[in-house]
Amino acid sequence: MGIIMENRLTNFILSIADTTLILAQRNAEWCGHGPILEQDIAITNISLDLLGQSRNFYQYAAQIIGNNATEDSLAYLRTEREFKNLLLVEQPNGDWGQTILRQYLFSQYQYLLFEQLQNNADEQLAAICTKALKEIKYHVRWSSEWVVRLGDGTAESKERMLNAIDELWSYTGEMFIPAEYEKEMGIDFNALQNNWSAKVKALFTEATLSVPENIYMQSGGKQGIHTEHLGLILTELQYVQRAYPNSQW
Amino acid sequence: MKTTKEAIWKILEFVYDPEVPVLSILDLGIVRDVKLNKDEVEVIITPTYTGCPAMDMISMDIKMKLLENGFKNLKITSVLSPAWTTDWMTEEGKRKLKEYGISAPNKKFEIATDGIECPLCNSTNTKLKSEFGSTACKAYTNAGIAKNLLIILNATN
Repeated sequence: MGIIMENRLTNFILSIADTTLILAQRNAEWCGHGPILEQDIAITNISLDLLGQSRNFYQYAAQIIGNNATEDSLAYLRTEREFKNLLLVEQPNGDWGQTILRQYLFSQYQYLLFEQLQNNADEQLAAICTKALKEIKYHVRWSSEWVVRLGDGTAESKERMLNAIDELWSYTGEMFIPAEYEKEMGIDFNALQNNWSAKVKALFTEATLSVPENIYMQSGGKQGIHTEHLGLILTELQYVQRAYPNSQW
Repeated sequence: MKTTKEAIWKILEFVYDPEVPVLSILDLGIVRDVKLNKDEVEVIITPTYTGCPAMDMISMDIKMKLLENGFKNLKITSVLSPAWTTDWMTEEGKRKLKEYGISAPNKKFEIATDGIECPLCNSTNTKLKSEFGSTACKAYTNAGIAKNLLIILNATN
């Protein structure tokens, strides 16, 4: 593999690793705080799935990078500007409705993206995505049910979903704008966007919600330019390794 | 004594799943291969699902069990492809799982759903209560007749 292609692949894998890690961390904040026990368990199970996925991607990236890189060094010792996660996943949890909506918007995107990647020319990337798809199927189903339950629920739950859409929608655009390193990964971004939009529209209709139009879309996450929230997440996530370098447990 | 693959497989029968201790790792179908590389024993395993926290423990248990049996040079390799499915569980494993009160997965159901057979009363008049359970590989179903809360192993998760 040429050096440029190898760098692109590494960055691409890191971007998925970072996105799944940060969403795992956000969802884990619900541990012990879920609205009812089953849902507390559900959101933390999803967190665990995402963490497992991110470990696979970090391990693969570490293998390509060499130089003693490990999954831990990549997760714990990179700075904010080096993280390439989507802005969507670093946003605060907000209320349950906002967490659910973020999960749905992301899981639906992740499902369609990984569906393409399961046939990728890179075999290890394809293997990780094939494995993860089975889990994502659950995430999509679970979060879809909640979007409908809350959107088509009480006046209050509906209002909260409308607020959640306002909060999050502007962070969905960058999912479909390929970063430099994504351009030759064999992803059809147009199909990805069209399929995602159709799925979201159908679900929103069922939930008596509507898809916003003409919204200015934020971007930058994939290039390491983040909202102020990521630094705070990393402060907590990386604290032990920063305070006690190389500590193991 | 000459080491044979058969001998290693035999030993692995005594390594159990930490979450469902009635099942050996062979019952679960997570051991994909055993290789003898000169004096090194390599055991190739695949996770049931990616975030499975039991995998590190299973790797450790395999090492301990082989060490106990006098093997020193050990390597545990984890592979993801092809992805594990419940089809790889042995019939014996499915039987033991059912006896333990967990519904053995059925190929017909791609993901946890209504209508999965109750391991206690064999009713299929069941309803999915929660697709997430105490571990990410379990889901809960409510049996229609027996009203037992039963656990199913997620068919693909």
